[in-house]
Parts: sequence; structure tokens; C-alpha cells
Amino acid sequence: MSHFNKPPEGSWTEHYRLGTGPVSYEDSISPARYELERDAIFRRTWLNVGRVEQLPKRGSYFTKELDSARTSVVVVRGSDDEVRAFHNICRHRGNKLVWSDYPEEETSGVCRQFTCKYHGWRYSLEGECTFVQQESEFFDLDKADYTLMPVRAEVWEGFIFVNLDPADSGSLADYLGEFGRGIAGYPFGEMTQVHRYRAEVRSNWKLFIDAFTEFYHAPVLHAKQSVSEESSKLQAAGYEALAYQIDGPHGMVSSWGGMAPPKDINMVKPIERILRSGLFGPWDAPDIGISELPPALNPARSRAWGLDSYLFFPNFMLLIWKPNWYLTYHYWPTSYNTHIFEGTVYFVPPQNARERLAQELAVVTFKEYALQDGNTLEATQSMLESRAVTEFPLNDQEILLRHLHQTASRYVDDFESKGSATPVRVHAAS
Amino acid sequence: MPVLPVEFAELEVFADWAIPTEKARYAKRLSSTMDELQAFYDAAFARLESACAYLERFEIQSLPEDAKRLLWLFCSLVTVSFPVEVWRQPRVPDSGASSFDAVLEPAV
Repeated sequence: MSHFNKPPEGSWTEHYRLGTGPVSYEDSISPARYELERDAIFRRTWLNVGRVEQLPKRGSYFTKELDSARTSVVVVRGSDDEVRAFHNICRHRGNKLVWSDYPEEETSGVCRQFTCKYHGWRYSLEGECTFVQQESEFFDLDKADYTLMPVRAEVWEGFIFVNLDPADSGSLADYLGEFGRGIAGYPFGEMTQVHRYRAEVRSNWKLFIDAFTEFYHAPVLHAKQSVSEESSKLQAAGYEALAYQIDGPHGMVSSWGGMAPPKDINMVKPIERILRSGLFGPWDAPDIGISELPPALNPARSRAWGLDSYLFFPNFMLLIWKPNWYLTYHYWPTSYNTHIFEGTVYFVPPQNARERLAQELAVVTFKEYALQDGNTLEATQSMLESRAVTEFPLNDQEILLRHLHQTASRYVDDFESKGSATPVRVHAAS
Repeated sequence: MPVLPVEFAELEVFADWAIPTEKARYAKRLSSTMDELQAFYDAAFARLESACAYLERFEIQSLPEDAKRLLWLFCSLVTVSFPVEVWRQPRVPDSGASSFDAVLEPAV
């Protein structure tokens, strides 16, 4: 029995015309397929690499390792306050330009210029080559010909994206589409208290997105996280979302979230009762200076609304929670069956230690869940690779998984047939 | 020499839980027995409300050193709450070899 309304077609999956047949997971276990995805997806789409708060002043920079896109970039706030990105390579003999101690590790800081460790070539924050060691030893060298190689960088609501496709003329705003327009205005900039976690996960990148774009697993995998009576109730009821939406390559799920605060205080653990916080965040929402939410949020206009979870293809998830905080997930592939997961929690800075402890409880709870999710993925990856079973049924609450794998396939097919063009956006049937 | 505010003298025996980073708090959780976690939880949980009330008197950015350690000790209470209240073991069940490390967190 449905607790929440579904579209007239009877299911979200049919509404968005995604097909209802079983799904192959060959795209998650094939090294050759992954090599295609690197070029077809990670070098052809807008990738979120950070936020403007990471570049607080002129000369602030950070590097981002984009193994899946076969490069490393340095993102910097210039003397003119513009945010720019460059391939992290010196024009002289190809040394990685910005790194400290370990070339593979990301770094950040503030500088007036970039200086290559190898032969001391220097570049301005805007990428111009400003100094060549023993310049007179070179042959007709004009420094103007040796600027850092630029990467397109654009900012949406404080989120910095790069695009490595030299042929793509589309803007970030167009790429983010209806969701980007509909969320604009949410006060992300108020939420500067940051906790970031990182995990090396032994699964294909899409499998972890799969895990976080369906909540069908939650009452079962995380059963022990609730007080036992509550847990059996949750498992019997199963999970239904308030709404799903798809726009082009992106998707979202809107979910109820009655736990912040819970209807019955005895549903939650003792420490949650005292600190008034838990998986859904601190129960006492801070003021974020807006009287109503941007129009895209809570699309079902449900009173039970708890969070909206967006997947911006390919690897950036944004979760906005009712009690005024947000969470981002990034999945950075390192091979066909490994990736680096980053989960970052953003709160309004706490006014006092009570609020700080409420936030700590929300963050730690998130970690407890993510540890279970991460380990399950290794178990999935290894058995998928057995190819003992090759097709899998997906239910209507798993619509975003079906859409993700179809979208990834479309990018790869398109890349193979046309070389470099970006797939056409596919919109809802209605 | 006490390291916590005198009002919380009975928690001095657990002062080694006043740890400034989540990663280190979690490591101590994993290397503790359930009896140790339970003893710390019981002592600290009983003072959680009074600690919040005590700490609330300060701006978070200008906590005295002893109050800062008290806050870290209660962050550790949060860290051990799942094993004691739910898991009945220090590790997250079914988490195997997974790790999930804090790479950025607030200074206090």
C-alpha cells in the first residue's frame, strides 16, 4: 500500500519512462568500461571541486586530484577576486606545479604566486608565466606563450565547478538545469562550520551513489541503529519517498524525516534526548535568515518533509535537511572498482558548547551509518564481479539508480558514436 | 593538577578522554573494552546536562582551557554513545575493514 501519492502512471519509474526491466551491472565491474567513463563522463561534465569558503582571500588556493579525469587542478582566487582553475602542471618540463611533501596528496594555502619546485619557474595567480630561471639560456622563449593551461571554472551558489571539456560551450547554470535554478537562494554561505570525512572504498563509484540515492535499504541495513521496538515498526512499514524528480542527467529524492524532533521521545537513544540531535540533525534549527525555502525544496509540499537529496551527475550529491543544515557527498573514482568518498557536513557555526555537542552527535551518527554502507559496497562489488548473476531487478524506490546507470551509459554510448559531443538532455514524460 | 573545571572533579579519572580530534576519539573507542566504555559513559552521561549548562555560559570561541577539555571529554561521550547505547561492541557492526576518517573538523 502506498502511503504517499505516486504519479498517474502508477509509478515514478514509468512516469519518467525509464523502463521497468532488470538492470545489468556490467558497467560497474568492467575495467574497459571505466576507461571509457573517464573520457566520456569525467572529462565531459561539470565537476564540483569545492566551495568559495575554501578560498577566503586573494591568493587562497587548493588543489584537487581528478584521477578519473586524468589530471590534477589548482583552483585559486586571483588578485581580481575571480576564481580560476588551471591544470596543475608547469609549462617547462611537466612537473606537478603545486603540491607539498607527497605529489599525490591534495594541498591548500595562500600565496602571491606559484613557483615550481623543479626549476623555479613562476606564475601569477592569473596563470601568467612571470619568471623563467636563466631565461637567456632558452631559445627565442616568450613567457607570454607559457601561461598555465586554464580549466573552465564557474561558481553556483558558492559551489566551485570545473569542466575539462574544451569543446563544451555550455554554462554551469544550464548544466545544473531546473534543480540549480530551483535551489538558488538557499543560504549555503551561512553554514560554515565544516566536518569532512574521507574513505577509500573498494567499489565502483556508482555503487556508493546507488546506496545513497535509495532509502529502501535504511530500515534493514541500519535496523540496529534505532531503539528495537521502533526498528521493527520501521522494517514492517518499509520505505517510501515523498517524491522523485529527474531533470536531464540529474535526479532527486524528497524524503520525510520525522526524527528531528521525534514524535515520541522514547523512539530515540538516551543521548539524543539530552542533546536534542541525531541522524536528521540538531532538532533546534538555527536562524538562517530566510522566511521560506527556495521553490525546488520539498516539492511535494509535505508537512512530513525532512530532507531533499540531489544527485548532480556525475558524482556530486547535495542533501538539504529541514533543520537548516546541509551535507555533500563526492565520489572520486580511482579505478573501476575503487573510489574515494568524501562526506562533508555543513552547519551554522554553533553559538555555544551545547550546540557544538548537538552537531557532534549528528556528525558521529552520520559516520556510524556511512561505515555500514561502505562495507556493504565491498561485499556487493566482489560478488558482482563473480558474474554469477548478471541482471538485477530494481523497484520504484530505486528509480534514481536506474536513471544513474542509464545516464552513465548514454554518455559513454554518445562518446563512442560521436567522439566528444554531450548527450541531449532528457526531460520528464509529462 | 586537575585538567577539568573543579565542578567536574569526579570526571578527572576519565581525563584521558579529553581528546581534541574525532579521529583520535574514535581510535580510543576502538582500543577500549566494553567495560571501559560503559564506565566512562555512566560517569559522563550523568553529568551531560550539567556540563552543557556549565559550558553554555561561555562563547564557544573563548572557552577557558579547562572548559575546552571538558567539551572534548563530552565529545568523547558522543563517540562512545553508539557502542554503549546500541551496538554493545566498540566497532560498528558489519563495518569490517571500512574506515571513515575525519580530514577536516572545527578547531574546538
